Amino acid sequence: MSLKNSLLTATALAVVTAGGAFAETTVTIATVNNGDMIRMQGLADEFTAANPDIKLEWVTLEENVLRQRVTQDIAAKGGQFDVMTIGTYEVPIWGSQGWLVSLNDMPDEWDADDLLPAIRGGLTVDGELYAAPFYGESSMVMYRTDLMEKAGLEMPAAPTWDFIKQAAAAMTDKDNEIYGICLRGKAGWGENMAFLTAMSNSFGARWFDENWQPELNGEEWTATVNYYMDLMNNYGPPGASTNGFNENLSLFQQGKCGMWIDATVAASFVTNPNDSTVADKVGFALAPDNGLGKRGNWLWAWSLAIPAGSDATDAAKKFVAWATSKDYTALVASKEGWANVPPGTRTSLYENPEYQSAAPFAEMTLGSINAADPTNPSVKPVPYTGVQFVAIPEFAGIATQVGQEISAALAGQQSVAEALEKAQALAADEMEAAGY
Amino acid sequence: MARAVTQQRKIINTVLAWGVGLLIFFPILWTILTSFKTEAQAISDPPVFLFFDWTLENYAVVQERSDYMRYLWNSVIIAGGSTVLGIIVAVPAAWSMAFVPSTRTKDILLWMLSTKMLPAVGVLYPIYLIFIKLGLLDSRTGLVIVLMLMNLPIIVWMLYTYFREIPGEILEAARMDGATLKEEILYVLTPMAVPGIASTLLLNFILAWNEAFWTLNLTAAKAAPLTAFIASYSSPEGLFYAKLSAASTMAIAPILILGWFSQKQLVSGLTFGAVK
Repeated sequence: MSLKNSLLTATALAVVTAGGAFAETTVTIATVNNGDMIRMQGLADEFTAANPDIKLEWVTLEENVLRQRVTQDIAAKGGQFDVMTIGTYEVPIWGSQGWLVSLNDMPDEWDADDLLPAIRGGLTVDGELYAAPFYGESSMVMYRTDLMEKAGLEMPAAPTWDFIKQAAAAMTDKDNEIYGICLRGKAGWGENMAFLTAMSNSFGARWFDENWQPELNGEEWTATVNYYMDLMNNYGPPGASTNGFNENLSLFQQGKCGMWIDATVAASFVTNPNDSTVADKVGFALAPDNGLGKRGNWLWAWSLAIPAGSDATDAAKKFVAWATSKDYTALVASKEGWANVPPGTRTSLYENPEYQSAAPFAEMTLGSINAADPTNPSVKPVPYTGVQFVAIPEFAGIATQVGQEISAALAGQQSVAEALEKAQALAADEMEAAGY
Repeated sequence: MARAVTQQRKIINTVLAWGVGLLIFFPILWTILTSFKTEAQAISDPPVFLFFDWTLENYAVVQERSDYMRYLWNSVIIAGGSTVLGIIVAVPAAWSMAFVPSTRTKDILLWMLSTKMLPAVGVLYPIYLIFIKLGLLDSRTGLVIVLMLMNLPIIVWMLYTYFREIPGEILEAARMDGATLKEEILYVLTPMAVPGIASTLLLNFILAWNEAFWTLNLTAAKAAPLTAFIASYSSPEGLFYAKLSAASTMAIAPILILGWFSQKQLVSGLTFGAVK
């Protein structure tokens, strides 16, 4: 849409709203239960006070339940939700299906150019922005500064996988229940496969070649999974094949992990003295690489999108613009401090000196996000977008099954080679059935 | 001597019964205890059992964040409505199967039960589409109907079993005295089957209260019952087990209290006709 058209639409919207031409509109928002979203819910009174003609209804669900609910509703055109919280995996797929309302006509003061380019790129399909990022995250290394010092090592700002292995070996003290490294082992496309796919990028692996042929039993994937198994079997906690984000967070907070590579959002949890026993002993570093030009970190943005079937599009757009604006960030800062503002979406936030001093992990988060490129995730060229996923509808099913095979290998039920052969076969079958 | 053995047996049985009872109740007890801990205590290793700083903070947070009464009211309407509607449909059905069976009655009973053999998710999409067409999505009426249909086979089966225990001659005598069909069911059959009907009501109320597939999939903001209230506190990124436990405790409290007060009816109904 041209600038002129955007201006016209924005003006029309403003006129209609200012004239109070419509009665009370209800906007139903589907969202996930995490700190930033709950905070938004708490502050929403400010929005309704400024927009008395809009009523907000909230549906909060666990991530996987929410994903299933909104997918079902949008595919069946149920019209249950006017704003959906979705991630960078869904946006490109749903956007190209015509299921989402384009946000190219957001008001000028919303300032789309201020969005971080990597995040904006992940939410754009053919030049149309289909979702407004609410908060963005990447992954990074969180480590215990005291254990690192005890081991006589110093964590570089941008470590290699070899250093991680060396440090994990030096920090591991199984007699005292200290494990050098904690990584995701629980099966699922958003669980162990999110981590492994991001890791595999730094090993030069890719899910599919340019002709959509899977490469899971290739040498790069084999090297990735073998390295992972080596780390986990020698220096990881027992029972790691059922560990997800929460289990590792719990282990780290109790001082049982030397290093943990996971979502940047964890930084605020592990440094919170109310919950974490190691709050003052945590350092951060970029996700590791192998000298191939790609790091093993992912990119995710919880974003607000409007389904095409909504009957309250204008009101929904107003809400989305409010919740993802710079003013909202300032509102959170004024009420709860700069450390609690939703991170990872806007350049202006990282240029703000107050934020820089309040959030010690800010620079690392920005560096990690900028280091991820969803349109060019791995060393070799790929036909898909997505860093820790492949943005095609079939991926969630395939990667969950592959994740189960790798999780079974981690639990000692089969070898890495067996797991990857099975993974390759099932991926090839599914892709063929899907017509690739 | 024989007396001593009986006494010993009694003690063993009592200990065993308490042991099994505690084992079954332990997860609920643990949830209730966790709801009074801080988030750090909730995940501490080794776990703390009773000696921690009891706090009501989680309840305050949950109370502040969610409109508990709205969820509770939806649960009461949905569970109560579907149970009552189910009984109204099932009593005549069970009556006809128990007292005027045809050659196909056994098949019909089995066929009714066979609808429970399909996982609910198998019919989710068709029902979702029908609900869109009928405008029943996110409505209590829609859920009352669906939960009634889901539980109907169980209600009919339970009532059928109870009715079979009642001698047909009593109903015949009533008919000879000139009772109409309605009078026969309302004034003769129902009073005799009260324990059975009561336990069927209670069991189905509990089943409908705890139903978490349809209630999560067919509701959004308006008709969401307590199952959706619990689900809103589950989080894959962040350790909020204490708050989740507080929400769970608040959701199960009404049904626990109801079960406690009606346990006599429940037990007598469930063992009705077991010993002759």
